[in-house]
Amino acid sequence: MTRIIDQPRYVCALGAMQTVQGIHRGVPVLHAGPGCAAKLAGGIAGSNGDSGYISPQIYPCSNVSETEIVFGGEDNLRQTIENALKVIDGDLFVVLSGCTTEIVGDDIAKVSSEFAGSEKPVIFVETAGFKGTNLEGHEWVIDAIIEQYLVKKGQKQKVKGLVNIWGPVPSYDPFWVGNIRELEALVAELGLTPNTIFGEYRGMENIDMVPAAEFNLLVSPWVGLKNVRLLEEQFATPYLHYPTLPIGAVETGRFLRAVGEFAGVDSARINSVVERHEKEYYYHIERTSDVFLENRTMSRRFSTVTNAADALAITSFLVNDFGLVPDRQYITDATPEEHRERVANLFKQYQYGIEAEVMFSTDGYEIHNDIRTNDYFGPPLIIGSIFEKKLAEELNGNFLAVSAPVKERLILSSSYVGYHGGLELLEDIYTYVLKQFN
Amino acid sequence: MANTRKNAESGTRETRLGSITGYNGTLKELHAKAGCGSLADKGRCFSQASLCNAACALSQLSYITDAAIVHHAPSGCAVTAMQVSNNKDQLASKLGLDNSRSAYVCTDMNDSDIVFGATDNLKEVVRETYRRYKPSAIFIGASCVSGIIGEDLESTARELEDEIPIPVAPVYCEGFKTKIWASGFDAAYHAILTRIVKPPEKKSNTVNVINFFGSARKQITAIFAEFGVVPLFLISNTSIEQLSRLSESLATVSTCGTLGTYLGNGLQEQYGVPYVKSLQPHGIAGFESWLRGLGQALGKEADVDSFLERERAVHLPKIEALKKKLTGLRAVIGMGPGFNFNTSRAIQELGIEIVHSAAWHFDKQYDDGKTPDAFAYQVEHSPTNYNLSVNDLQNHELINILHRVKPDIFFSRHTGSTVWAMKLGIPAICVFDEYAIFGYRGLLNFGAWIHDVVTNRSYMENLSKRVKLPYTDWWFKQGHNHFYEGERAE
Repeated sequence: MTRIIDQPRYVCALGAMQTVQGIHRGVPVLHAGPGCAAKLAGGIAGSNGDSGYISPQIYPCSNVSETEIVFGGEDNLRQTIENALKVIDGDLFVVLSGCTTEIVGDDIAKVSSEFAGSEKPVIFVETAGFKGTNLEGHEWVIDAIIEQYLVKKGQKQKVKGLVNIWGPVPSYDPFWVGNIRELEALVAELGLTPNTIFGEYRGMENIDMVPAAEFNLLVSPWVGLKNVRLLEEQFATPYLHYPTLPIGAVETGRFLRAVGEFAGVDSARINSVVERHEKEYYYHIERTSDVFLENRTMSRRFSTVTNAADALAITSFLVNDFGLVPDRQYITDATPEEHRERVANLFKQYQYGIEAEVMFSTDGYEIHNDIRTNDYFGPPLIIGSIFEKKLAEELNGNFLAVSAPVKERLILSSSYVGYHGGLELLEDIYTYVLKQFN
Repeated sequence: MANTRKNAESGTRETRLGSITGYNGTLKELHAKAGCGSLADKGRCFSQASLCNAACALSQLSYITDAAIVHHAPSGCAVTAMQVSNNKDQLASKLGLDNSRSAYVCTDMNDSDIVFGATDNLKEVVRETYRRYKPSAIFIGASCVSGIIGEDLESTARELEDEIPIPVAPVYCEGFKTKIWASGFDAAYHAILTRIVKPPEKKSNTVNVINFFGSARKQITAIFAEFGVVPLFLISNTSIEQLSRLSESLATVSTCGTLGTYLGNGLQEQYGVPYVKSLQPHGIAGFESWLRGLGQALGKEADVDSFLERERAVHLPKIEALKKKLTGLRAVIGMGPGFNFNTSRAIQELGIEIVHSAAWHFDKQYDDGKTPDAFAYQVEHSPTNYNLSVNDLQNHELINILHRVKPDIFFSRHTGSTVWAMKLGIPAICVFDEYAIFGYRGLLNFGAWIHDVVTNRSYMENLSKRVKLPYTDWWFKQGHNHFYEGERAE
């Protein structure tokens, strides 16, 4: 069978450099070609920008040339790490290998381990591009932090009510900061103390607290599952796997109840949080229902063309909250085979026996042709990446880009998670719908 | 250069032109060393991520409206497809062009390909790409992996050309082969020159304009109309058919010497299309040199002179007035060498002093074997012999320089390079648009922009007060060339 990526919507394992950058004062040290960092960042971060405390031009990189290909690059890597520790003001140095250095057989584990006695931790992850996707790379980076850093520091006393939250992938999820903050806020409303390691004002302090959590909360269909399992194995921390990123009233209510019950939160407290939010949420739904219900061009059926997390989250919201009927959902993140059946089943648990068929494909051309031949019984709503813009126009449908490559919109702190997030998603969908004739 | 076009590959700038990525000294020392043949590249024992030639080569080609790129690479390399995805659509739709036959796909090389090779899948992907998009040409982009495992792109492409009725051209842009990403422009243009351009059948009244995205399309079309010629903006938004007839044009001009050298000189050598060697059209001297060079190539010197005279009368008094407000400002500039020397000259025309110039790389010569005009002009005309480093986009060096020199303004031209000066409390301008300083009017706009940025410092001050730089105090105490081989802090 022809192996082809047409319209790429993910990148290679080295794209996990963005996960390291997502940790405040984390420093990716690349043992890779000169262009890997800038190119990957340009694609993943795209129009959302990438100029944080550090950015790809700050990453120490061995900028592998023919010399390293012929003679090996371990000396170059050694110098790069040694000088990176002197030059860059960081707290965690994560050595990431690229295709070139893994093919020529550089031992990055050995070279990295020479810096075990450094003042700042130096860990390594093999992220050759041909080995996997950036989502797998993200998991490998977190595993490396657990195995090479946290395990060495040892077990910690559990702190009552402390919950680690995992799920959104830095930068690749254009809403990652907002999504993580909203998940934190929801968990905090239950009287629990959220702990996350990504984004502003988080960092090593939060990483150090990971073993002290009472449980790990994973909000993602598959990314991160191996990490919470490893944390359970290493620190005896149980985990709650809540696969659907909660958007809107129905899913967020379920989410709060599931987390609250798992944590042993008093059900009266959970109910009061849910009720307060629902009052506000349905106030907005009520006062805008005329717009929602009296529209000539809004779609009734929809498809998502995106990663598993967004496909599941948006489908759940549009079906359970907003009363739309799903057509086929296209999952484009090269979900590993082992997770596919379980992920597909998650799309079969909607109210009124509604199910959505799922197709896993990394071939955008094939997906677009499939959408063209589907009958949506009216204009489709297509939610995906910028690649779907022209398709939606061609089909006279409605369109929203939510996942990489997003383009043509700027996302700073906004999020589709939670009650406010659901309203924000409706705003964005209808901003497109209202540009059509009504 | 005459030789490289017969080769499969254009070769890197390091080997073909003796270009370098590490130097520290002054403008005039650099010229003296380049002239006497003693210019040696400086390696670094610490470096930060820069950019690769594949990004330049394949993004250039992906803006052709009816060509497909097959990137023979692991998934991450094809990230360029994500970057260009809507940019090319935006540009094409502005001009009302249909680019539905352009595509950028990837062979998704995996670990078994490393062991067993992946030529069969490459062939299948090329066939499938042709079936899907019916492009007018397919470019097979090399990658580090395809290069290391020794995939034979040349014979694969030839074999496929027997099957499908379009040119199938390999583009040799393995990232590890060169530190100079501009080598990727040459690789792309090599593929165009050797596989797309045909011998001329007739002469047209077209002038090739080698540029990036053609933002001054309207102005240049109007100016060229004064001389009875029509510009063809290369290579974004062109078709393979248009590219195949580049040999029929009257002349070639370029808005960036770094970008234009391989194609411009190649068309001249192979097909006698004169490549206008001049300053690029930034500011007063650049605009005049560029148009006079073109006038000479077309035999329309008098028309050019009378056009320039009219324009000068309109704009120069305004530029003079603005210059009074800007004179005395001290600037640092960090750009690729083509834009660097042209922008430096334009800045000096506004009365601004250059206190340090960092060129991402340096070409001591172009493919005609001659010193780049914009560099030679600076050596001869610059009011000061300013400090100059060849920087390879090394942020730690640039920040070190900015921290020490503390200029009034920083001019950059590269994604992700502007904010760092702002964080240091230095107003900065990213001169992304290649026509930002185009001609008299462009210089006037640019001067006003500079004045605005040094006047309203709110964004910069708000940000710089609240952020910390990602460098240690130790680093700020070293010379910027601390990690150059054979040199230590001055």
